[in-house]
Amino acid sequence: MSKSKRIKLNKKQSINGWIFLAPATLMIVMLSFVPMVRALILSFQKGTGAKLSWTGVNNYVRMFSDNVFMQSLLNNFIYLLIQVPIMLILALILAAMLNNKSLKFKGLFRTAIFLPCATSLVSYAIVFRTLFSNNGLVNYFLIKLGILETGYSFLTHTTSARIIIIIALIWRWTGYNMVFYLAGLQNIDYSIYEAARIDGASTVQIFRKITVPLLKPIILLTAIMSTNGTLQLFDESVNLTFGGPANTTITMSHYIYNTSFKYVPKFGYAAAMSYLILVLVAILAFIQMRVGDRRE
Amino acid sequence: MIDVNKKNNNAISYIILTIVSLLSVFPLYWMAVSATNKSVDVTRGTLIPGLAFIDNVKQLFVVQAVGTAMANSFKYAIILTVLSLFICSLAGYGFEIYHDKGKDLVMSIILLSMMVPFVAILIPLFQMISAAHLLNTTAGFILPSISTPLLILLFRQSARSFPRDIIEAARIDGLKDYEIFFRMFIPTQRSTYAAALTITFMAAWNSYLWPTVIMSDEKSLTMPMLISNLIQGYVTDYGVLMVGVLLCTLPTVIIFFVLQKNFAEGITGAIK
Repeated sequence: MSKSKRIKLNKKQSINGWIFLAPATLMIVMLSFVPMVRALILSFQKGTGAKLSWTGVNNYVRMFSDNVFMQSLLNNFIYLLIQVPIMLILALILAAMLNNKSLKFKGLFRTAIFLPCATSLVSYAIVFRTLFSNNGLVNYFLIKLGILETGYSFLTHTTSARIIIIIALIWRWTGYNMVFYLAGLQNIDYSIYEAARIDGASTVQIFRKITVPLLKPIILLTAIMSTNGTLQLFDESVNLTFGGPANTTITMSHYIYNTSFKYVPKFGYAAAMSYLILVLVAILAFIQMRVGDRRE
Repeated sequence: MIDVNKKNNNAISYIILTIVSLLSVFPLYWMAVSATNKSVDVTRGTLIPGLAFIDNVKQLFVVQAVGTAMANSFKYAIILTVLSLFICSLAGYGFEIYHDKGKDLVMSIILLSMMVPFVAILIPLFQMISAAHLLNTTAGFILPSISTPLLILLFRQSARSFPRDIIEAARIDGLKDYEIFFRMFIPTQRSTYAAALTITFMAAWNSYLWPTVIMSDEKSLTMPMLISNLIQGYVTDYGVLMVGVLLCTLPTVIIFFVLQKNFAEGITGAIK
């Protein structure tokens, strides 16, 4: 094959490659990047439909005096700071336990703990709402055991409603994160564990000195994914607590949805709020990556 | 000494894993059992299956358009899954097999979109779909999620282990590039397609925010929307409610059990 012919063929192949990836790439550009830019423009506008006018940074300023939005921001951070660490530590411990070669029924345990991932977010939100309702199963047993005299209204008290959202989130997502850790643990040579044990290292020492450091990149990944997911919580707020009592459990996405589609639509303001989430996700991911690097 | 230690450790592991497993399964067990009981029995803490299942199902079909919602959910999820697998595997293959500087750059830009929260593009997306007159349609439902960076990444990863010699040999034999993809790549990547199928189908079936925004018509309702309507309407018949929740959960749970291994590989595969 002559040199010029080969170059021609390579060029043809390169074009073929672009044809392969063009549909997917164009769709992401059109349906992800273009809306991103449009949302940014929208966030500096007010009004609805064709009657949009520029309003500068007013939408951004307004957020900080909007009590419901500040409440939703706080709620998201409460869920993030309490739920994510508990869930990730629990997932790590469970994964470390399941990575034990002498343990039986591993497959059974893994399937059971992973199973909540198969349920839809709306489904499990409704199941938890029903379990914790005034005449739900939890109250039934608390009364039976003599702990309560009458049913406690978990969902109309702010603290208990938040705790239930956190419990529900832990139930739904621990197995999901555990699967990432199990996949990561498979890449670690098992003989390291055996050697450590022969040297007399305790289980806690092995966990802290071997498992956690070696899984660090995956822990970082799950932390970023969980942060991203927690800042976007929607289904649970809508279906588990209805955002209540008095908006004290509402999430940012839920409030943005209400602002855009439930009340008189304020697209510009909603776009500004949603951009704050985008910025928060980016900042938190950046911080986590920096912290993740530093411990090297 | 070591053995005693090991046994103790395992005993603790067994206890904790058993408790966590039971807690993980219990809400689902309770959901299924409650679907077979009368509402009064559900509030009386019944934990064994009852005889009211058929009545509950009938009652649910009376109060809600379950048939329509089920058909819609399957239709949206299946069409989305088929298109998504095709478009994303095409791209993943293209990014890996033909990779050069330009394509690698495009790939890393695409990956950036993984960090964009859906809510941040929700309103412009709604405006675009609305302007294209695609509200309440299958096209409107599926368009934003056909092409996802996660699936492209997954297929790019699997194309990495697809032997280049075979491609060269096939080219010399006169096969066109698209023939190599259809006849040789697709048939050999079954497990990757299975993994992609589970994540895409589950995400499509469970999706809630997007259909809530674009599906206002009763006829285009999905299952998650339907059960959400049930509880927002303050339905107090727990048996009927749990039948709805069960019907909404069953398809994904079945897929989970059939393709569990692939699902696990799917969610973790793209990161290796």
